[in-house]
Amino acid sequence: MSRIGSDDWVEQQELRSEYYTGFTGPARKAFDRVGPGPRFFAFLAICAIFPFFPTVADSDFLIRVGVNVLLFALLALGLNIVVGWAGLLDLGYVAFYGFGAYMYAWLSSSQFDVHLPTELVIPIVITASAGLGLLLGLPSWRLVGDYLAITTLFFAQIFVELMLNLDRLTPPWRDEPLDVTGGPNGIPGIDDMRIFTIDFEQTRDYYFLLLAIFAVVVVGLYYINESRTGRGWRASREDPLAAELMTTPVNRLKLLAFAMGAAVAGLTGSVFAAVQTGVFPQNFEVALLIMIYAALILGGAGSISGAVLGAIIIAAVPEILRTPENARYLFYGVLIASLLIVVRPWKRVAGIVAAVIVFGFAAHEIVALIWPDVVVGVEDGGLGGLLDSWVLVVDDHETLVNFAFVFLVAAVLILTQLRGESRMLLLIPTIYLAAFVWENRLVAEPSVTRQLLFGAILVAMMTKRPQGLLGTPRVENPI
Amino acid sequence: MDVDFFVQQLVNGLTLGSVYALIALGYSMVYGILKLLNFAHGEVYMFGAFIGYFVLSALGGASSPSIPVAPLLVIMFLAAMLGAGLLGVVIERYAYRPLRNAPRIAPLISAIGVSFFLQASALLLFTAQFRTYDTPQLIPIDTTGRIDAGPLHISLTRILVIVSTIGLMIALTLLVSRTRLGKAMRAVSYDREAAAMMGIDPDKVIVATFFIGSALAGAAGVMFGLVFERVFHLMGFTAGLKGFTAAVIGGIGNIPGAMLGGLIIGLAESFSTGYISSTFQNLIVFGILIVILLVRPTGLLGSPVLKKV
Repeated sequence: MSRIGSDDWVEQQELRSEYYTGFTGPARKAFDRVGPGPRFFAFLAICAIFPFFPTVADSDFLIRVGVNVLLFALLALGLNIVVGWAGLLDLGYVAFYGFGAYMYAWLSSSQFDVHLPTELVIPIVITASAGLGLLLGLPSWRLVGDYLAITTLFFAQIFVELMLNLDRLTPPWRDEPLDVTGGPNGIPGIDDMRIFTIDFEQTRDYYFLLLAIFAVVVVGLYYINESRTGRGWRASREDPLAAELMTTPVNRLKLLAFAMGAAVAGLTGSVFAAVQTGVFPQNFEVALLIMIYAALILGGAGSISGAVLGAIIIAAVPEILRTPENARYLFYGVLIASLLIVVRPWKRVAGIVAAVIVFGFAAHEIVALIWPDVVVGVEDGGLGGLLDSWVLVVDDHETLVNFAFVFLVAAVLILTQLRGESRMLLLIPTIYLAAFVWENRLVAEPSVTRQLLFGAILVAMMTKRPQGLLGTPRVENPI
Repeated sequence: MDVDFFVQQLVNGLTLGSVYALIALGYSMVYGILKLLNFAHGEVYMFGAFIGYFVLSALGGASSPSIPVAPLLVIMFLAAMLGAGLLGVVIERYAYRPLRNAPRIAPLISAIGVSFFLQASALLLFTAQFRTYDTPQLIPIDTTGRIDAGPLHISLTRILVIVSTIGLMIALTLLVSRTRLGKAMRAVSYDREAAAMMGIDPDKVIVATFFIGSALAGAAGVMFGLVFERVFHLMGFTAGLKGFTAAVIGGIGNIPGAMLGGLIIGLAESFSTGYISSTFQNLIVFGILIVILLVRPTGLLGSPVLKKV
C-alpha cells in the first residue's frame, strides 16, 4: 500500500537511488554489485580459517566459544531456509533443536538404557526431526503470516511444557509413573558420540565434527538455493498466488522448507546434547529463539553468508562482554564506529568527540565538587586510567542509574527524530549519558546487556536496514 | 458434583478471563487497524502492573496507605493506564511507524525486538525479584472484604476486577460505536487509504488506538497485581500469549470477540486447573487455540477474509 498522492514507481526509483548514500555508499554499492556467486566463494575462503582456529586458540574456553559459534551458525542456516527463503515466519524453530537434542538423549543415555551407535542415531534424529517439521508445516497450508507465527510459537511453548512435565506421567499400561524427560532436571549423562571408529570426547573433537557438518550443510544449501527448489521458495515467498498460478507447488515447497529447517535444527541439537552431555528444558526456551532470529536478521535473511556472519557476531559478542575490560573496549569501539557511520562529514566526528571529552571532564569536575562523596573511580582504572576522571561512577545510587537509563532510551529515541544542528547538540550529552549508564550498570551485568542489545538490534535493523548486513536489498510491493 | 467448588472455579475463571479479555482487546484493536501483531503488548501489561505497584508503594504501601483505599485504587488504575498508554504510543512511534509500508514480516520482527528489549529493561530497572501488592492488607478478606452467599465466599477484590472490566468494556464499546473517534477507527481499519481521502488522519487514529489498547493492558496489569499479588519482569510473556490466544479465538480485530475469547480462555484455564491438573493447564489452553485456528482460522466471531489478488 502506498501513501496517498505519491506514485509507486517514482517512490521505488527514489528508494533505489537514495539507497547508496553516505560515505559508505560507494563501498556498499561495490559490495552489492559483486553478485551472489563470487560473494559466496569469498565467503567460503573466509570460512577456510575455521579449521585452523583450534591450533591458534589454546584455551578450552576459546574452543568452547568456537563450538557455540558453529552451533549458532548451523541453527541460523536452518532458520534461513524457512524464514529467509520460503518466507514463513516459524517461531517454533527452537522446538526442533530441542527435539533433536532429546532424541539423541533418549537413544544414547541411561534414561531408557538405550545406547545405540551414533551412526544409527543421527539418521534417526534427522528423519524424526524432518517428520516433525512436516507435521508443523501442515498448518502453513491454511494459516499465513501472523497466524502461522503464533501457531508455531505455541508449538514451541508446548514442547517446553511437555519436556518440563513428562517426568511423572502414568501411561495406561503401567502402574507407576514413567520418567520420560527428567522434568526440570533434564537428562544428564549422555554418551559421547562415536562414529565408526572415531571417538568424540573433547570439545576440540566436537569442534571438528561441527565443522564437517557445517561444510556439508553450507554447500548443500548453496546448491539447493540455486536449484529449481530454491527458486520455487523465493517465488512463493514473493507472491504465493502468482507462484501457484505459474504451477509452482507452493504447498509442497512450504512443507519441504519446514522439514529441511527442522532436519538441520535436529542434527545440530543432537551434537549440542553430546557436547553438553545433558539436555535441559531451559536450553530451548524463547530467549534462544530470539537470539537465532537476531543472528539471521542481523546478517541478512535469505543469504547464507549473512546467516553465518550474524551467528558469529551474536555468539561471539556476549563472550567478549564477559570481562569488563574487553567489554569496555567493545563499547567505546562500537560508539566511535557508529559515530563514523551516522555523522557526516568526518570533520564533525572529531568535533563531537572533542566536545564529548570536554563535556565529560566538566561534568565530572562539577559533580565531584558538589557531591564529593558520591563519586568513585572506575574499578581497576579502565583504558589505562583515562576514564577515571572522565566518566562519573557513582556509589550505590541505583535509582539514579535507573533514571539515567530511562533518560538514555528517551534521548536515543528523540535523536532519531532530530536533524541538523540540534541533533549534533543532543548527541554530546547522549553519548556521555550512555557511557555513564554503561560504566555504572551494564558493564557488570552482561546477561541483561546482551538481551537489551539483541532487542535493540532487531528493532534497529528492521527500521534502518531490513535486509541485514549481507542481504541483498529488495524493493518490493507489500501486499 | 460439588457446587461450591464449581462456583469457586467459575469466579476464578471469570477474574482471570477479565484480565485476559482486557489484554486481548489491545491486541485486537491494533490488529484491526494495522494488521499488525503487537508482540510487545504483554510487556506493556507488565509495565502497567509495575506502575501500579510503585504508585501503591509511593502512597504508603498496602499496610499503611496514606489516603483512603478507594481513591488509592483509582489513582493506581489511572496512573497505570496513563503510563502504559504512553508506552504504547512510544512503541508505535519508534518501532512500527517507520515500517508502515514495509513487508509484513518486518514489523513483526521489530515487535519481537521491542518485547525483548522491554523485558530486559524491566529486569535492569526492577531486578528479578517478585514484588507483591499485598492486597489482603489493602482490602481485607475477612467478613468485611467479601460477600457471603450461603456457602460461597467471594472476595471483594475479585468482584472489583470483574465489575471494572465490565465497565471498561462498556466504555470501549460506546467509544467505538458512538463517538467520532470510534467512527474514524472503524473507517481506518476498514480501508486506510480511503479513510485518509475522507479527511481522517490515519496516524492520529492509530496513535489513539495504541493509547487505548495499551491503557487497557495497563489496567489489566493492576488487576492481575491485585488478585494474584505477585508482579515480576517475566509476567508479560505468558499473559501476552494468553491474551493473544483470546483475541484469536474470538476473531482478531473483533471487539466482542476479544471479550468472549478472554472469558473462554480464563474459564478453560481455571476449570482445567480445578478438574484435570494444573501441570497441563497451559497445554490445554494452547491446544484449544491450535484446534480453533485450524478449524476456523478467523476465530469464532471473525468474518472470513477474502484473498486479494
